[in-house]
Amino acid sequence: MSSRRSSRSRQSSGGASRITDEQINDLVSKLQQLLPEINRNTRRSDKVSSARVLQETCNYIRSLHREVDDLSERLSELLANTDTTQAALIRSLLMQ
Amino acid sequence: MATMNPSPVKNCARLQVSTRKKSRKRQFEQIKPQSQNQSQIEWKSEVQQQNYSSKLLHALQNIQPGSSPNSRPGKIVHDAADRVLAATAKGKTRWSRAILTKRLKLKFLKKSKKHRVAVTGCSGSTKKPNVSVLKMKSKNLQAVQRKGRVLGRLVPGCKKHSLPVVLEEATDYIAALEMQVRAMAALADLLSGSGSGSSSG
Repeated sequence: MSSRRSSRSRQSSGGASRITDEQINDLVSKLQQLLPEINRNTRRSDKVSSARVLQETCNYIRSLHREVDDLSERLSELLANTDTTQAALIRSLLMQ
Repeated sequence: MATMNPSPVKNCARLQVSTRKKSRKRQFEQIKPQSQNQSQIEWKSEVQQQNYSSKLLHALQNIQPGSSPNSRPGKIVHDAADRVLAATAKGKTRWSRAILTKRLKLKFLKKSKKHRVAVTGCSGSTKKPNVSVLKMKSKNLQAVQRKGRVLGRLVPGCKKHSLPVVLEEATDYIAALEMQVRAMAALADLLSGSGSGSSSG
């Protein structure tokens, strides 16, 4: 076990690296659990291919980026009104 | 503070940091399996979100509208939000470190960038050997590798790392982004709610 991990972390150079199938599968399945799309559409027993999971991950990250973009546009507009901001800040501080 | 308190999330984060300082050799074996579950829990916790929200507020207050790039005003907020997110991650992940050092990279030359990659990235030599190495049986290797590269470009700081590293970073990054969305949405609601005079509950 330690050789596997330490070779991953130290030297992956040289002929046969020890990054195994298992590791990749493990990571991919963990990733899959985070993706709302795949989990909703497929049953747990179905195997989804790694390529599909990675594709969905890319899509999901892009959509999250877009959401954050939209939210930050909205926030920047809201922050432009100083009066609103100050009242809100005070309120939020009180609530926390 | 190297106290071994089994307890709330913040203490666990500190514990991980102190353990790392103590035993460098074992750190990767010990910390990695734990930290994945821990980090998922961390990003979902209320505490983390409150933390992030308050830091974000302060960061946003300090924004000088004049000194911004003239593209979109939303970009400034987005960058600030990303920076606060990376700071909240306490530098345990590559993507957070990459975001934080991005500004420094713009200032200094790319020499320091190579330096940083070598120092922070443990798999510094996994450029080309990677493709021939991962000859997994019947796994559509090429497709997976290709998508892994694309994913690596999406997650900050992972362009040149190996697939397992990219996958790990991606899981944490997604959880963090989700928290960012939740926090910013709550903040936007708060601000717009108070604007119309009604108190948000």
